[in-house]
Amino acid sequence: MRGIQSALEPAGAQAEQIARLWDVFLITATVVWLLVMLFTIAALLRRRPEIVPNATSPRVRNAVVAATGLTVLTLFALLTASIFTTRGIASVPDRAIQIAVTGKQWWWHVEYDDRDKSKRFTTANELTIPVGVPVTVHLRSADVIHSFWVPSLHGKRDMIPGKPPSTFTFQADKPGVYRGQCAEFCGYQHANMAFWVTALPWPEYARWVEASRQPSRIPSTHTQRKGQEVFMNSPCPLCHTIQGTPANGKTGPDLTHFASRRSIAAGTFPNRRGFLAGWILDAQHMKPGSQMPSITLDQGDLEPLIAYLESLK
Amino acid sequence: MTQRQVIDVSALPDHAFGSRSIMWWSTMTIVAIEGTVFALAIGSYFYLQGNEEAWPPPNTALPGLLFPTINVFILLLSLWPNEMTKRAAEDMDLGRTRRWMVVADLLAVVFVAVRVLEYGQLNVSWDSNAYGSATWTLLGLHTLHLVTDLIDTVVLTVLMFTRHGDKPRRYVDVSENAFYWYFVVLSWIPIYLVLYWAPRWL
Amino acid sequence: MSEGVSEHGAHVGEAKPLEDHLIKEETTHSPYALPGDAELHEELDKTWSPAKGPFRWFMQIDHHILGKRFIVTAFVWFGLGGILAALMRLQLSRPDNTFLSADQYNQIFTMHGVTMMFLFAVPIMEAVAVYMIPLLCGSRALAFPRLTAYSYYMFLFGGILLYVAFFLNTGPDTGWFTYPPLANPEFAPGKRVDIWAQLVNFTEISAIAVAIELIVTILKQRAPGMSVNRIPLYVWSMLITSFMIVFAMPAVMTSSLYLASDRLVGTHFFNPAEGGDPLLWQHLFWFFGHPEVYIIFIPALGMVSQIVTAFCRRPVFGYTAMVLSQVATGFIGFGLWVHHMFATGIPQLGSSYFTAASMLIAIPSGIQIFCWIATIWMGKPIYKPPFLFVLGFIAIFVLGGLTGVMLASIPLDLQVHDTMFVVAHLHYVLIGGAVFPLFGVLYYWFPKITGRMQNDTAGYVSFALMFIGFNLTFFPMHKLGLIGMTRRIYTYHPETGWGPLNSLASIGAAVLGLGVIVYILNGLISWKKGAIAGANPFDGPTLEWATSSPPPHYNFIHMPVVSGHEPLWHAPEHAPVVTGLSTKDKEVLITRTFDAEPDHRYTYPKPTPWPFLAAVSTGIMFVGTIFTPWAFAIGLPIAAVVVICWFWPTTPEKEGEATEEKSVSEREAVA
Repeated sequence: MRGIQSALEPAGAQAEQIARLWDVFLITATVVWLLVMLFTIAALLRRRPEIVPNATSPRVRNAVVAATGLTVLTLFALLTASIFTTRGIASVPDRAIQIAVTGKQWWWHVEYDDRDKSKRFTTANELTIPVGVPVTVHLRSADVIHSFWVPSLHGKRDMIPGKPPSTFTFQADKPGVYRGQCAEFCGYQHANMAFWVTALPWPEYARWVEASRQPSRIPSTHTQRKGQEVFMNSPCPLCHTIQGTPANGKTGPDLTHFASRRSIAAGTFPNRRGFLAGWILDAQHMKPGSQMPSITLDQGDLEPLIAYLESLK
Repeated sequence: MTQRQVIDVSALPDHAFGSRSIMWWSTMTIVAIEGTVFALAIGSYFYLQGNEEAWPPPNTALPGLLFPTINVFILLLSLWPNEMTKRAAEDMDLGRTRRWMVVADLLAVVFVAVRVLEYGQLNVSWDSNAYGSATWTLLGLHTLHLVTDLIDTVVLTVLMFTRHGDKPRRYVDVSENAFYWYFVVLSWIPIYLVLYWAPRWL
Repeated sequence: MSEGVSEHGAHVGEAKPLEDHLIKEETTHSPYALPGDAELHEELDKTWSPAKGPFRWFMQIDHHILGKRFIVTAFVWFGLGGILAALMRLQLSRPDNTFLSADQYNQIFTMHGVTMMFLFAVPIMEAVAVYMIPLLCGSRALAFPRLTAYSYYMFLFGGILLYVAFFLNTGPDTGWFTYPPLANPEFAPGKRVDIWAQLVNFTEISAIAVAIELIVTILKQRAPGMSVNRIPLYVWSMLITSFMIVFAMPAVMTSSLYLASDRLVGTHFFNPAEGGDPLLWQHLFWFFGHPEVYIIFIPALGMVSQIVTAFCRRPVFGYTAMVLSQVATGFIGFGLWVHHMFATGIPQLGSSYFTAASMLIAIPSGIQIFCWIATIWMGKPIYKPPFLFVLGFIAIFVLGGLTGVMLASIPLDLQVHDTMFVVAHLHYVLIGGAVFPLFGVLYYWFPKITGRMQNDTAGYVSFALMFIGFNLTFFPMHKLGLIGMTRRIYTYHPETGWGPLNSLASIGAAVLGLGVIVYILNGLISWKKGAIAGANPFDGPTLEWATSSPPPHYNFIHMPVVSGHEPLWHAPEHAPVVTGLSTKDKEVLITRTFDAEPDHRYTYPKPTPWPFLAAVSTGIMFVGTIFTPWAFAIGLPIAAVVVICWFWPTTPEKEGEATEEKSVSEREAVA
């Protein structure tokens, strides 16, 4: 996972521009710091003639003035570089994929927009985007202030409740998986509110979109059918939606294609059956304070339920 | 023999008025602090207004104008006994100081009474919406200053009628208290305009 | 000592080694002494004596006693804040660590920030000033002594409130900046945030009160001859800081009032559902929050100047530039606050102004660094621990200032905002920029305050441990922020790769902590067992060194008259003094604001318990307001009664006409 949540390893145009600006600032700052230390050490170590305590020295005064002048010029240059980059990363293209992301304590509600309403679909905690195509996210919050941040692709933007959606645009220029994390303290489980951004070449992305638009797979084995029954008879449908079934709860993440996701609980655990079982039975122990309650099920019900959830690709 | 220079200050007075006095400086600092609070509260009022299309928001009535406007006149009127008090104190004239302080006190009491009526005419509750909250709080902050200054002034008035009254330090206190009353009055003007006219004009 | 020149006289040629001035058991011959001072000392000592009797702790109004209490109390909070930091570093030292739960960590990082910012950083700067400013100004007292007592008790009670709440598991847990809506009643039930709001009331009232005292003392109680162009640089820094407090604290008062009232009586300032706006909080809070860090930092600039002057044996280069730079920093500091909000989606054009201003403020800070380097260049450095702390300050603060310039840039900020990079930056500027100078100047003024010298070896060791430990702890955090580690998270997965740098930082924290412990132990042990110090063991130039160590309660037998900003380095053998102040009443000289000409005399009161009682009554009112708004309605009249008793004059206000003049009348001519 190294390097996939790093501003120093940009994978997109905006993050790339910011990383180049970083290089300019880093080099300048290093040179300035070294110069200050050099002069300080020189001042400490120089051979001194007789000290005349109130002496003024035109040479020293000129040096201070020159240093100040250099400071002003340097800052002006950095300001200019910064303003250019600010404009560069803010440019909005004509056509971009539109995704609405709503921050909730402590997960991400994701809706892919489309002018054709029937083509819209919902997922959670993961974005899949095409390589080389701009993506505009519309950020809202349902409760407290969260912040959407994928350092490999762009800077962050806060999600502030009560405000109209905040939008910004980024794009990935290389295929890959990148990790994002909530960057504004949002309470108890702020540390466990991550998300994934997968960048795919266009054809694969198009296939993914098509698959996401489909309703959930119909259970094909007896165990999976039993699992679906367990799901519908448990509290699950109160919060979760599975397209194509009666379950259409809106408070929790959409589970229609749950099995294709990398992680559970907003990046907290890998999406594997051991963690899944633990999450269902004892969410309050795995991520205390989260909105997912611990559900009591016996083994005879748990196994089929997991089988059903694993079928929701 | 070297002569040491000595500055003998024993003949200097033991009190001073105006910006020579440390009481003036502390009063000015408090005016700066409270003035900043008012400015920020007014700023917050307009910031919240900027988020709304209608102000007051729909289903909220405008605040009544009668009592606050009466109060503007009472307060401006009170500047006269206030100034007279200040001058009497600076002249260290006990009789005049006492008389003018009592007049100033009475006017202040009337003002506070009308202020109570003002609250009844706000036509919104502090917990209805952000407009109500901003209105009540801005008015409340001014009321707090008004009431504490009234208490201050009454206590000083009482003091002027005791054996502690005819002392230079007391006169300086009275003069500074008058200065603070100027602040309470003059700060009311912008607050009045914001609370009662901004919703009508904007 | 050279013939015909007093040991504090004209200061040319080879700088004398400081050891020569370390006189044990003997007061240095002060240029301001007169024959017959011994009897005068007895009378003044009696008049200015602190309270006695069983309740004396509650009645003291002497600025030395209160200053020491303030300093000690602030360091207690510092120690607690440091322990909290140690717990945080322990938890973060390994990925997926279970030493602290999420809830515990959230409380602890909040408490660490609240403690350091509200209970340590600002109060310690004020505390040192409460003790030292009257001495540096040549005055007998700090203005408004009873108010000083009140502000100490409010500070003490506020901290007690916070920590009692914390130990009862109801400490604030939404960050030191308490952003709504997370801090709204809906998402932060219980009393945790209400305790935060009241803690702010206690500390801000305390800070504002001390600011008033400092402004009045510095403007109106300076020694004759100390015109504005002769005010020592540290005194300037405290004047500017006090004005900043006056204009910045109201913003946090207003915002915490709004938050408390949202929670207590249902107002909607920050409730988006009814027209409120979470960004209103951010504007108000950061309008306070940004000047707050300069309130912490500007006194340190003054402290650096004091140390550089004494330990380079010459005045700081460029006095006017130094003063104007501090003033400029103070002003510009009010125009930066939006740089805390770059990620909130505010319009670009407005934000760019704040980028420019946030970079602009580096210029006056830079000028000061250049002037100090110039001073070192033209002076003769003496490598005692205070000077080493200044060198550490230069290295660390300049680095922190440079990362600040990076953060001023919007694109860079959008990446590193709310990450460990900012944690690194803020500690570089606050520890490097404020704590290092503070520790240096406390070492320098330690003999003046306690009458004893600290142990130099322990001083060097504590500096080395702190310098190394600090950098080991916080430098890696720059990288951690850049590789994606956000702030305020109680744990992280091993796959992120953040483990090794975090472990390094935690080791560094242990070294830093050790250094602080050595420093504090040096202080505590030296207080009891250090070598006795004379009046001016470091041959300092300013007026605090013109009296004994520690000073008598009346500070100076005769108020000095000055003619330069390094009075003790220029004072002739029989320097002019002020006479004529009363020996029976606590009289100080009030001088004119700009030229410090004597203007009138003012008498300060005797020790009294009313400030303590007023703090108790206003304290109960604030604590009650955590639970019910009625506490305010009932508490205010009660507090009013107490305050009226406080200000009710006691007779007699002045005891009599005995003045110094009578004792001095025979002493005009000096053989």
